Amino acid sequence: MRNSPLWQLTLARLREYVREPGTLFWVFGFPILLALALGLAFRSGAQPRMPIVVLPGAEQAARVALLDREHSLIVTGATEAEAQLWLSRGRAYLAVGGGTPVEYRYDPTRPETQALVLRVDRVLQTAAGRTDPLPTREETVVAQGSRYIDFLLPGLIGMNIMSASMWGIGWVIVQTRTRKLLKRFLATPMRKRDYLFSHMIARLIFLFFEVAVLLGFGHLAFDIRIQGSIPLIGLVAVLGAMSFAGVGVLTASRARTAETVSGLMNAVMLPMFVLSGVFFSAENFPSWMQPAIRILPLTALNDSLRAIINEGAGLAAVSFPLVVLAAWGALTFALALRIFRWS
Amino acid sequence: MNAVEVSGLVKEYEGGVRAVNGLDLSIPAGECFGLLGPNGAGKTTTVEILEGLLEPTAGDVRVLGQTWGRHNEELRQRIGVALQETQLTDKLTVYETLTLFRSFYRRGRTVEETLADVSLEEKRNSWVGKLSGGQKQRLAIACALVGAPDLLFLDEPTTGLDPQSRRQVWDLVNAYKQNQRTVLLTTHYMDEAEKLCDRVAIVDHGKIIALGTPQELIGGLGADQVIEFATDRTLPAAFPSDLPGVIEAGDAGGHWRLTVRSLHETLPELVRKLREHGVALTSLSTRQATLEDVFVSLTGRSLRE
Repeated sequence: MRNSPLWQLTLARLREYVREPGTLFWVFGFPILLALALGLAFRSGAQPRMPIVVLPGAEQAARVALLDREHSLIVTGATEAEAQLWLSRGRAYLAVGGGTPVEYRYDPTRPETQALVLRVDRVLQTAAGRTDPLPTREETVVAQGSRYIDFLLPGLIGMNIMSASMWGIGWVIVQTRTRKLLKRFLATPMRKRDYLFSHMIARLIFLFFEVAVLLGFGHLAFDIRIQGSIPLIGLVAVLGAMSFAGVGVLTASRARTAETVSGLMNAVMLPMFVLSGVFFSAENFPSWMQPAIRILPLTALNDSLRAIINEGAGLAAVSFPLVVLAAWGALTFALALRIFRWS
Repeated sequence: MNAVEVSGLVKEYEGGVRAVNGLDLSIPAGECFGLLGPNGAGKTTTVEILEGLLEPTAGDVRVLGQTWGRHNEELRQRIGVALQETQLTDKLTVYETLTLFRSFYRRGRTVEETLADVSLEEKRNSWVGKLSGGQKQRLAIACALVGAPDLLFLDEPTTGLDPQSRRQVWDLVNAYKQNQRTVLLTTHYMDEAEKLCDRVAIVDHGKIIALGTPQELIGGLGADQVIEFATDRTLPAAFPSDLPGVIEAGDAGGHWRLTVRSLHETLPELVRKLREHGVALTSLSTRQATLEDVFVSLTGRSLRE
């Protein structure tokens, strides 16, 4: 075992990896910083306050005073010219008239303005003496797993599995080829499959730490709770890593220079960064694109991680994305073996 | 049995370039054989075909009595290879690199023994990236030796090395030869071929143009002394043919090279003739003929061109 070529090749990969400080940052530091920054920027709970202006008129001062008591509003009196300018720049979402009838001026394409108009109108009408025929009571609930950070973290784990597999395998293979080291290995009795397997094994060992660190960070910093089973997360991560390892080997199978392979890798990964729901939901794309987006490996990986972590989904619920991942891994690896260039 | 047996070897690359053009070669077991020639002569292509890294376009190749394609695994176990420009992994240590290569072979020398063979014991824990050029090259050869090969291929083993490192590599090869094992090396350094090789083939344009021991090849010039001189004024092109004992003469931009049977026959006459023409010498030197002179005499070109 200790002297088997597969183990020695794997060991060489692991050593090379941990002796490269840059890799450690990109794999561990970068996703954590990204999660931290985005998690803070989009934290829920503190509702943003909406800026509105009151236009000149007999009631201007009174309405500014009245509306300013609402915590969710920032109210200013303004001239016509100022109001026009602020509305067009988005510094005010709504201009309220100063006379009677009350004029509401706003841009209906902003999603939040409709609700804003209703809220302001109710305040003005109530102050003018309207009573509600039906009494109401409000209760707000923040559901576990529905915050932006809950959405983001599984996406970052998926993105990290993709980048680490692609760069960690594809890039290193091309480097080895450029240095003529692949050719040198070929001149020994080393078995080709041992070489490729050693990359896979090294990848799986690091995968464990990568996923554990991100999940642990999410738990400590943002109180993200895993609803589903941890072994299932492990299974999905392994399948995801193997799938992208296949894509990585295929991307690197012919390239002779670092420039070629980094161009190819970006061409493969960039569309998935955008389409596969890392930072925002893939549901935002038009429905005719959805079938194509569903069968991208990163979509499959992100969707299943999200379902398990946030909704507690079981194996059956994520079986389709798992099949997608397995298919990508098997097909790309088989193709890569056929066209792989050793020298 | 011959360690290497090649006949009618042809290698044509895409685009119709013939790197090897009908090459025949037999290397008996236990010999240190040199392929000698300028860059682009087809040496590396020939060696890589013998190493099983390239497919020949035509021709028969037998290595250690076996054939590539049928006995690959067996052959790879028995040959050792140092390619022309392999860069080993910078961030592994010398010891780790050798352990990795040792793991590929069923039998061979221990890592410790091999480190001692190439005098890298003190560098065992250094990263490969931190080694000097000569140390890297010795490590590359160690990677070829660690499987205790019956046949060792060295492609340009000392190109780009300083004189002291070259001598260390030569010592290494000489030590390996002691055990009656076969070496095939390529070089464009004539002194290297003379120091190391039992026999030498001079290769040009993908063909062997001369074959023999270094002494035979030099002897084949019919001369073993070379006079080189330069003058302050141009001499007529036919000038050297008036001199006695000149086998061959060449003029490279005012620098003359005369291959002569013996110095005492030619030299006094040369000096006298020059004085007669009223031409002064700006430099004059004499030396033993080398394989370099053989190459010049065969091709009319110098090796560095």
